[in-house]
Amino acid sequence: MPTAIRVEGLSKTFDTAAVLHDLSLDVRAGELIGLLGPSGSGKTTLLRIIAGLDFPDRGRILFGGDDATGLPVQKRAVGFVFQHYALFKHMTVADNIAYGLNARARSERPPQAEIRRRVGNLLDLIRLSGFADRYPSQLSGGQRQRIALARALAVEPRVLLLDEPFGALDAQVRKDLRRWLREIHDRTGQTTIFVTHDQDEALELSDRVAVLDKGRLEQVGTPDEVQDTPVSATVLRFLGDSIEVEAIAEGGRVLVAGHPTPVAAPSGLIGPVTLHVRPWQLQFVEPAQAHLSGTVRSSYRSQGRQRIEVDRGAEKPLVVEDTDGERYEAGRPVGLRINGGYVFA
Amino acid sequence: MSETLVPASFAAADRAAAPPASVVTEGGSVRWLLTGVAILFLALFLVLPLVTVFAQAFAKGFDAYLAAFREPDAWSAIRLTLTVAAIAVPFNLVFGVAASWAIAKFEFVGKSLLITLIDLPFSVSPVVSGLIYVLLFGSQGLFGVFLAEHGIQILFALPGIVLATIFVTFPFVARELIPLMQEQGTAEEEAALTLGASGFHTFLTVTLPNIRWGLLYSVLLCNARAMGEFGAVSVVSGHIRGLTNTIPLHVEILYNEYNFVAAFAVATVLAGLALVTLVIKSVLEWRYADELASGRAH
Repeated sequence: MPTAIRVEGLSKTFDTAAVLHDLSLDVRAGELIGLLGPSGSGKTTLLRIIAGLDFPDRGRILFGGDDATGLPVQKRAVGFVFQHYALFKHMTVADNIAYGLNARARSERPPQAEIRRRVGNLLDLIRLSGFADRYPSQLSGGQRQRIALARALAVEPRVLLLDEPFGALDAQVRKDLRRWLREIHDRTGQTTIFVTHDQDEALELSDRVAVLDKGRLEQVGTPDEVQDTPVSATVLRFLGDSIEVEAIAEGGRVLVAGHPTPVAAPSGLIGPVTLHVRPWQLQFVEPAQAHLSGTVRSSYRSQGRQRIEVDRGAEKPLVVEDTDGERYEAGRPVGLRINGGYVFA
Repeated sequence: MSETLVPASFAAADRAAAPPASVVTEGGSVRWLLTGVAILFLALFLVLPLVTVFAQAFAKGFDAYLAAFREPDAWSAIRLTLTVAAIAVPFNLVFGVAASWAIAKFEFVGKSLLITLIDLPFSVSPVVSGLIYVLLFGSQGLFGVFLAEHGIQILFALPGIVLATIFVTFPFVARELIPLMQEQGTAEEEAALTLGASGFHTFLTVTLPNIRWGLLYSVLLCNARAMGEFGAVSVVSGHIRGLTNTIPLHVEILYNEYNFVAAFAVATVLAGLALVTLVIKSVLEWRYADELASGRAH
């Protein structure tokens, strides 16, 4: 797939705090890419720089090979969807959606009949056909965000940029809108970049995920790639729960408490290492075969899984995930085997 | 220990009268006292003077009232006041919108200084405001010689009165709009820009409609003050009858000449203006409360 947007060596400092460090990223035409990172990671700043709402101190933005770094926001043909919708309060839904078309110079503006037709099509697309004459204040949060999306799509943007688009919505609406956004994307093939701090959201929606931390790009890859082969402890930690276990790398294997684990050590790595283990990579076994041991402190069930907190004496308690079979009561001594994990050089 | 399970204080509460509607409500006597004091104060300091104005104006009948307006000087004062307001209010409208736009939507060096400067006319005595212009444009003033050489008359003429009025009414529009625009933020403007709208188009179609009621409200107050200003205008006007007297100055002259009926008759024009302003202001506050800034400084 050709590159739609290329970000090259972007750096940005606000006052004295650096928010982006030499960040480069290629966005492919037609893909839905999620910028994932904790708050303060610079993901929103990156999105705003791509849109032309902020300008970088160093680095370039290329749209389809053309340098767009100095291009004003109006000329970039981007569609931007804000976290808090930013709908025009004093305009009807139809006028909101038509705003970008009506703002064009007379010579480039489609005739009113054409604008009305396009607004109608977009209202159909977002399934709010009967809402043309309502005002934003008469709509729910989810409906407002759909209007905001239609407004952005109306100008036929080169790229759609969404800044935490579901952040202000409650959990159920958020889930519905996610699925719906994916559908819209599949139907329109619109190149889309969205920002989120929610791992689930990024992993469910994106073709590729770009993980940002402290203004640096940690990793870009498909949801499977970033989950199966995280490049750093930061990415691993950010994508879900994990525990850290002291281990020894020896002869290409990782050993915990003298017992070998199935985890391969990176080549050339010898000596003490930190082994990162996901809760589902731990298995309850007889103490004799265990890498780790402890006593159950508490457990709870949720959605067919059981999460068990295990006390390990002086060390931090750890959380194990098990299918909802045998119940583990507090105080029971248990042994744990490590079936997988990650070691970073 | 009591044998009953209900503690003594609970039992006492049971015997008491119905609980007050709200925990922050005071007892009846305190409430009446406070309300009474407030009403008495209002009656004494606001309603009574207003009634007196109209009573005095009509003290010698309707004909005597109308006679005050047959005077050419009275008409000249009314004309001058309208002229001054017609220049000063639009000027402050444009300046106020520009300043609030700059302060609310952008970050720049000297922003807090600008905010302080905008407030200055509120903290300076109007007489001092007028004196500033005498010191600048008077014959002994900074530009006095230059103005005299070129035959430009500022002091004791329309330009001086307009300048003094503009100075005094400077803060009204900006003070109203700054908090309003700050509260609204820049997201809608950014949305318009990403949709391809130019800065000016964005201002006309997004910013202005969002502040329209606050703007109308502040223009109203600005206008009331511009027409009613006495101190600053008095210093720069020169009190030339039929030429540089505004309504408030005309009222003072009539009063000093013991022409009470005429003085109060002309004063009813200002009082009427105040009442009309009050009604429109209340309607705006009631109807568009959400769209007016919450922090009222004046």
